[in-house]
Amino acid sequence: MNIAVLIKSVIATDEPIIVRGGIIEDSGAKKVINPYDEYGLEEALRIKEDVGGTVTVISAGTEKCVEALRTALAMGADEAVWIHLRDGEADEHTCSLLLASALKLKAYDLVWAGHLSVDNGAGQVAIRVAELLGWPHAGAVTAFRLAKGEKGLNGEKGLNGEKGEYGKKGEKEKILLVERDAEGDSEDWANRGSGIWLHVTKDAEGDSESLELPLPALLTAQQGLNEPRYPALAGIMKAKRKPLTELTPADLGVELASAEAAPRTVRLDCDAPPARAAGRRLEGSPREQAVELLSLLRSEANLLKEVR
Amino acid sequence: MERGTSAHGGEGAMATHIVVAECRDGQLRRVSLEAIAAAKGCMQDGDSLAVLLLGGGDGEATASVSAAAGLLAQRGPDEVIVIDHPILGRYAPEVHLAALLAAAKALAPEARWWWLGHTAIGRDLAPRLAARLGAGQVSDALAAARGADGRIVFTRALHAGKALERRAFVPGAPTVVTVRPNNFAPAAIVAGPAAPICSLPFNPPPSRIIVRDVVRRASGAVDLAEARIIVAGGRGVKSAAGFAPLAQLAALLGGAVGASRGACDAGYCDYALQIGQTGKTVTPDLYIACGISGAVQHLAGMSRSRVIVAINKDPDSPIFSVADYGIVGDLFEVVPALIEEWNNGV
Repeated sequence: MNIAVLIKSVIATDEPIIVRGGIIEDSGAKKVINPYDEYGLEEALRIKEDVGGTVTVISAGTEKCVEALRTALAMGADEAVWIHLRDGEADEHTCSLLLASALKLKAYDLVWAGHLSVDNGAGQVAIRVAELLGWPHAGAVTAFRLAKGEKGLNGEKGLNGEKGEYGKKGEKEKILLVERDAEGDSEDWANRGSGIWLHVTKDAEGDSESLELPLPALLTAQQGLNEPRYPALAGIMKAKRKPLTELTPADLGVELASAEAAPRTVRLDCDAPPARAAGRRLEGSPREQAVELLSLLRSEANLLKEVR
Repeated sequence: MERGTSAHGGEGAMATHIVVAECRDGQLRRVSLEAIAAAKGCMQDGDSLAVLLLGGGDGEATASVSAAAGLLAQRGPDEVIVIDHPILGRYAPEVHLAALLAAAKALAPEARWWWLGHTAIGRDLAPRLAARLGAGQVSDALAAARGADGRIVFTRALHAGKALERRAFVPGAPTVVTVRPNNFAPAAIVAGPAAPICSLPFNPPPSRIIVRDVVRRASGAVDLAEARIIVAGGRGVKSAAGFAPLAQLAALLGGAVGASRGACDAGYCDYALQIGQTGKTVTPDLYIACGISGAVQHLAGMSRSRVIVAINKDPDSPIFSVADYGIVGDLFEVVPALIEEWNNGV
């Protein structure tokens, strides 16, 4: 199975953020692979170890991508792709076009990415990529397994299949996919989209949804999916010899200034949030503190009025 | 009524803004009213506003969709479009996207401004819509205001709130916005006749995703991102059982339970409850931090809450630096006292 993982270099979450002149200072800050991307990378590596195949890590951005890509190679990825971009040159629209183009260079079966990045926090790029590729996606995945035309797919009905006429159509759809699996070489994991189903559990505001989707597909990793490994020394040495391909937007056929690819949004400015002043400490016994807190929340903070 | 057969529908409906409303557990979500307010705040003369509601399934689901449509129609849109189809009872990205596009097509001219709540569904659906339309998207907007030059300026958090950016759309392409719950005042009921409610037929595409099962595990009915009150616990809670008094207090106040990364990593609770730079960024009216020291990642995720209460044994905990009300003490004494005094009617 050929797996791609979209990764981003971000300032580590334990670093303070310093804004100077409308720009976030990042030259001195410690950078890491976006933690959510790292969960996706770990899962991709586990799949490779389980069924074979390759893991390609792809990142778009400035030179800071290189360290993240090398770390991913040290963790066990096979090859890396760095798409050159200058800061501020792309928004999520442009970035997703570049990544989708890069993903067309090889026949990938599965793409992992992070649920969101801890810097921009928009959570757009990966899902945009799925749409641009015309693939199904599942976001915020907390558990994952592969299944090859399992029995469960023949018999039991999914929730979609339990209601109304559409459900019956959905049922037929499923059977077709299972048949396709039976006709193909079911042992050939490299056979793209050969009736292999992904069973995923995703987080939806505290609920957990169990989904099945066929390959090729894109998944975004949520916290709780796994515990990412640390690169071993041998891995770090090996990583230096693994291929890291550099591509420009032009190499990918994307003209950044064109109407099609140009950013749709632009940052006007950026600053630190207003500092929050520490308030007051409540004294006395726990009971006295509790009474004072409840009355202050009502009288001073104008809270807890509509509750009772 | 079916859209196109009404006096209002069909040609002449100049909707340029479309708010995608959402129900959860049969109830209209507050963030949908907040999204209407955000859209209204950015409209100019001649713009119009349609609200789209997707849902359906059994008779009960249809009843709640129609109740929600009634509520939406009172909040000042020009029309409410309902797509009621069994398949829309469960979220599947491509099917819901098809419904959005069907609604856009029915509007003349097609919607140029899309507004969604930054919810589990909104954050999953909006980027697919934006990619399909070649649109720009501003995610998780905290504020929107029309600037002096006439363009709309959005405020959003970077690094989970350690910095804020102002962002605007480049003119030309369609635009998609998701708004963070609890940051816009919900659209109020508008006097006068309610907007017409039109239903739209829908032929869903086959979904490549099969939803097998949905397990509700949210503690209580209140969703963390949308909660007005959050009672959160950290390592100081010491165990999964230690969360019981916090959950009890949250239930009394009509709030939700959250947690710090420390508490999640220690296995006291599920990662779904985590608040911080990894995890959820929340902006409730009241945030009660119990046994949370206040690591920089956690502060990033909650320090935009309106009122913060910190309960911690360590008087030097960083959490006190952002707390409006600080209580230096044992949460296992203070929280039960709060519960008891609340029950005493204080």
